[in-house]
Amino acid sequence: MRDVAVIGYGMTKFGELWQTPLRDLFAEAAVACLADAGVERGRLQSAYIGCMSSGLFNGQEHLASILCDYAGLAGLAATRVESACASGGAAFRAAYLEVASGASDFVLAGGVEKMNDGADATYCLSTAADQEYEVYHGITFPGLYAMIAHAHMHRYGTTPAQLAAVAVKNHRNGALNPYAQFPVEITPETVLKAVRVAEPLGLFDCSPVTDGAACVLLCPVDVARELGKPVIRVIGSGHATDAIALHDRPDLAAIPVVGLAARRAYAQAGITVADVDFCEVHDCFTIAEIVCTEELGLFERGRGGPAALDGLTARDGKHPVNASGGLKCKGHPVGATGVAQIAELVMQLSGRAGARQLKSPRIGLAQNMGGSGGSCTVHILEVGS
Amino acid sequence: MISPRYHREIPQRYRLEAGRCEDCGEIHFPPRFVCRKCGGKRFAIEVLPRRGKVLTHTTIWIPPAPFEIQKPYVVAIVELENGVRLTCMVAEAPPDEVRIGTPVELIFRRLQAQPVWEVLQYGYKARVLAG
Amino acid sequence: MYGIAGYGAYVPRYRIQVETIAEQWGADAAAYRTGLLLSEKTVPGPDEDTITISVAAGRDAIARAGIDPREIGACYIGSESHPYAVKPSGTVVIDALGIGPDCHVADFEFACKAGTEAMYVAYSHVKAGEMKYALGVGADTSQGAPGDALEYTASAGGAAYVMGGDNVVAEILHTYSYTSDTPDFWRREGEHYPRHAGRFTGDPAYFHHVLSSAQGILERSGLKPADFRHAVFHMPNGKFPLRAGKLCGFKPEQLEQGWVVNLMGNTYSGSSPTGLASCLDVAVPGDLILVTSFGSGAGSDSFVLRATDRLPTVQKLAPSVRDQLVDRRINLTYGKYVAYRGKIRMNES
Repeated sequence: MRDVAVIGYGMTKFGELWQTPLRDLFAEAAVACLADAGVERGRLQSAYIGCMSSGLFNGQEHLASILCDYAGLAGLAATRVESACASGGAAFRAAYLEVASGASDFVLAGGVEKMNDGADATYCLSTAADQEYEVYHGITFPGLYAMIAHAHMHRYGTTPAQLAAVAVKNHRNGALNPYAQFPVEITPETVLKAVRVAEPLGLFDCSPVTDGAACVLLCPVDVARELGKPVIRVIGSGHATDAIALHDRPDLAAIPVVGLAARRAYAQAGITVADVDFCEVHDCFTIAEIVCTEELGLFERGRGGPAALDGLTARDGKHPVNASGGLKCKGHPVGATGVAQIAELVMQLSGRAGARQLKSPRIGLAQNMGGSGGSCTVHILEVGS
Repeated sequence: MISPRYHREIPQRYRLEAGRCEDCGEIHFPPRFVCRKCGGKRFAIEVLPRRGKVLTHTTIWIPPAPFEIQKPYVVAIVELENGVRLTCMVAEAPPDEVRIGTPVELIFRRLQAQPVWEVLQYGYKARVLAG
Repeated sequence: MYGIAGYGAYVPRYRIQVETIAEQWGADAAAYRTGLLLSEKTVPGPDEDTITISVAAGRDAIARAGIDPREIGACYIGSESHPYAVKPSGTVVIDALGIGPDCHVADFEFACKAGTEAMYVAYSHVKAGEMKYALGVGADTSQGAPGDALEYTASAGGAAYVMGGDNVVAEILHTYSYTSDTPDFWRREGEHYPRHAGRFTGDPAYFHHVLSSAQGILERSGLKPADFRHAVFHMPNGKFPLRAGKLCGFKPEQLEQGWVVNLMGNTYSGSSPTGLASCLDVAVPGDLILVTSFGSGAGSDSFVLRATDRLPTVQKLAPSVRDQLVDRRINLTYGKYVAYRGKIRMNES
């Protein structure tokens, strides 16, 4: 396996992009990424593109081909990758493995989702749960995470105020992110008094419905050095799956697929969680960030809620989580999210994160999750020589 | 759901037929091709008990379109008396009636009636046991 | 000995009060209460229909019969509100209850008497020796047109009866039916609500057929009203069955137990079967019970039954009709009621 570096990123603004079609979202991010990396498009050898459900959202499959064509990359070996909301992370891992294997030198990892195109987003997203034994019975994604939240509250005493603290913190961070969908600060009262979606979760406990795309470019570390790029190395790539039906998993107050993927990533990187300077965590719902920070090992089980309330996950806290604003504030175009997390790591590790820049971080972690915890990728990037 | 798929799932939806691994005894609902515990592939049909308790729950205020008429409604993960778990609605439950640990029984109800030209879809829901 | 081996009844939890409907239409609630002799009616939930009611009642009937459902050779569902225009209710019911596939299934419709028809045919099969057990169900989720007098009574519920020659809890001693073409109430294909001929539904229709049938079975059996512990007459409202019973010579105390209409409304095909179930909930061995149904169009089926020694051993195996009528009721607003009954035009998803 060769050492792999990430040498460029490109993103669209996240939001309700009514005038931008699916294909142009990807094209914009891909073109920006190649420009950022300073690599001619002709040097690209392949692409992996995460997208959860263009078939349902936009009626379009055969996605990798059309996206590459419209990005000026016709002819490229390109594959669409699907793992629900972890599609982006899974695409990044496929790109990473192709470069690491020696098969290719320049591989694009992309992600895209066009969710505001007329389709019923609640229904489209619900296809990431067990259609026949969950969705059929009227459950929604907010509902699945609400059931995790009730189990967590019952077991550990987690409170609505702790959930709200996650949303407030992520909006405080995202207000400084020019890519974010809702770059505004909010108060705990806004979260607690919001319209109910699935008890105990209200509207501000939920990530929004978002259009957007993100791309990053990977190449061998040696090649990155030759190009004179700062070396942001992929030191860990963990990937795991689990039953997608929540009721098929023994502990309803946990999301074990996250811990499993994280342990694999830590083992490959040869580090512990204590070595991680900051994390991008899959906060599709406020409770998800709390449980995921526990699964990643940042906090003991049941301590994720108090940690959020006590500011430990703030940008100036002990374990900064979602300096980008997370899915909650930045937006969650599901297929793009995992790649956008990697882009945030690249921005932070290369000191290009602007007003939300963390103080000279060295190691960043991105955790991207599918469904209610049926799949997860964890990637660890390190800046250095 | 188109009717071939609905028809295929009738034994589970109507009669709660699970698959018990003849090698290790693990009960799977729905039945599986291969036992998740021991890898066995021989199964016997086992009808699930109808009583159990709520492990966790939520009240859905923003449902998918086919469930609009029923909102707000409670969905729960129920653990049946033999330990098998499933997700279903709790019928006729005011949200504050359902708690973790609430005893329930499974009943037969119409789950979806939309769209109007499709076959009606029946299956199990839970109902809070009087107590 | 042939008759009922097991019975079960189902009453939905939702209710709407006479006052609630009267307020909606600017009607005199007190007049309706006294005119119809009822205070509320049952309403099916948005997830209930004739099929789910039949399954709920059928499950209790099989439990009380104490049999393997695969021993049931026929299943008949009587209803005027089968959920499909084309496709049987009975197929869902047998697959849900674990009956069949070795069985004969049919849906019956005869306004409010389809339930006793189903019971009659099921009973006839077992008595003829065609099969060991047969299931007959009467269930409905009936609709009256908004603002029509029927809206105050048309309700939901049903009862199921396993007929057999073994495990009998109530022997059927006599049957008699009386039928003529009397167009008092009807619904044409494609029409949402039924039409009725006002007061013509009374004497020429209900009372003529009910009295002819009840008096006919009394004559043929040589029994007199005083021989019976309970008598049940179809309950389109509170008043009709009490008047019919009185005209036949029954005393109020004989009519009381099966008269469930005041809290339930008119469950159409489920009406007299539910009244019978209420009587079976309390009957003691040897009690004679008369049941007379009525279906517009028009006809009546009568049964004379006698409770056996086995009845008291099964009464507590499922909830009684009276308990279901009073326990855990949920009162609906008029708005919620019309939404649940599909009377609001929604966008199709």
